Amino acid sequence: MKRSLSVALALVVLSVFVCASSVFPVSEAFKKNIYDPGVLKPTDSVLKVKVGDLAPDFALPSLSGEGISLSQYRGKNNVVLSFVPAAWTPVCSDQWPGYNIVEDIFKKYDAILLGITVDNLPTLHAWTNQMGKLWFPVLSDFWPHGAVADKYGVLRSDGTAERALFVIDKKGIIRFIKVNDINQRPKLEELVKAIEGLGE
Amino acid sequence: MNMIARRMFIVLSVAAFWAVLLVSPVSANAAPLQPGGPLPDFKLPIPEHSADKEYLGLTTSGAFTIAQIKAQVVIIEILSMYCPYCQREAPEVNRLYEIIENNADLKSKIKLVGIGAGNTPFEVQVFKGKYSVPFPVFSDEDFTLHKAFGEVRTPFFIGVRINDDGSHRVFYAKLGGIEGAESFVKLMLRLSGLEQEKKP
Repeated sequence: MKRSLSVALALVVLSVFVCASSVFPVSEAFKKNIYDPGVLKPTDSVLKVKVGDLAPDFALPSLSGEGISLSQYRGKNNVVLSFVPAAWTPVCSDQWPGYNIVEDIFKKYDAILLGITVDNLPTLHAWTNQMGKLWFPVLSDFWPHGAVADKYGVLRSDGTAERALFVIDKKGIIRFIKVNDINQRPKLEELVKAIEGLGE
Repeated sequence: MNMIARRMFIVLSVAAFWAVLLVSPVSANAAPLQPGGPLPDFKLPIPEHSADKEYLGLTTSGAFTIAQIKAQVVIIEILSMYCPYCQREAPEVNRLYEIIENNADLKSKIKLVGIGAGNTPFEVQVFKGKYSVPFPVFSDEDFTLHKAFGEVRTPFFIGVRINDDGSHRVFYAKLGGIEGAESFVKLMLRLSGLEQEKKP
């Protein structure tokens, strides 16, 4: 009986995974060019930083051609790092276009947004062109592959990044961390609340 | 327990699980909604905002169906705050609203409703505020309606004809933008049958 129960439970659990799907209303802006990787392990890394830590500095190439370092914002701006797993995938392709219409909220709190993926610049160029003109820098953590994501502890075992948000204040201190389920988009209000918490 | 009984137990356990999973007020559709039939069975919350409530001609509280809207045609836009196409399309959809509202005859016959697929109420308000959307937009935070509509990409427009007896029929269901507010109004009038009814 016990064994039968175990088998039944295992089948039920298996059924959950089989019937789960990554349901997302991909924008028609991307036509049929979005690759659906299916449902992924929600998180697949271990954070190497925590709230209250000094954010590890980094310098990465950006789509505009200029190199961008975290330290260049020290004493000037609060910084939001938005790591997304990969270009041309369902949830990622919608997340930044959403942030693209809330520039006013970021500006109100002296916050700059840095979008980061482990893709190379040509891929990021083609992908973000479908989003319209983005107001924030997009950085490539391609080489050494995922080095910055790894520094923060959000590099997954398959070489993609987690869907993670870090809010860093003007002193360079990490004030908020959210490593989201990779299959879902973080709620905007959570990020807004974190930025508001930094004070004007 | 003999082998047959064990197998029966396993099969019934899994079947029971699926039965629980599939019995829900709104079931998921594999294919995008098509014209010709009714809408999926769902209700929306009566808007708290009195202007929205008045616009839809709703007098009760609680929840309502699309067929209860005081109109002969309801145009539903499945959108997302995170969809760049929906963002670009928003001014034209607003113009569609204005054309209808500024026409004494159409105003009482055609109403617009938005559904924010995967958008929280906060995210819906951000979209409405950013683009000054004048018609009611409802949050579909957990994708329940999005699944019922067949997991469509966005924006997706649905035209619903409401008959005098309270019955209704989907006469238009299409992915993509409206491609010009004036021509879309004409299309809605023609496909819904309203145009023919006006003729003597």
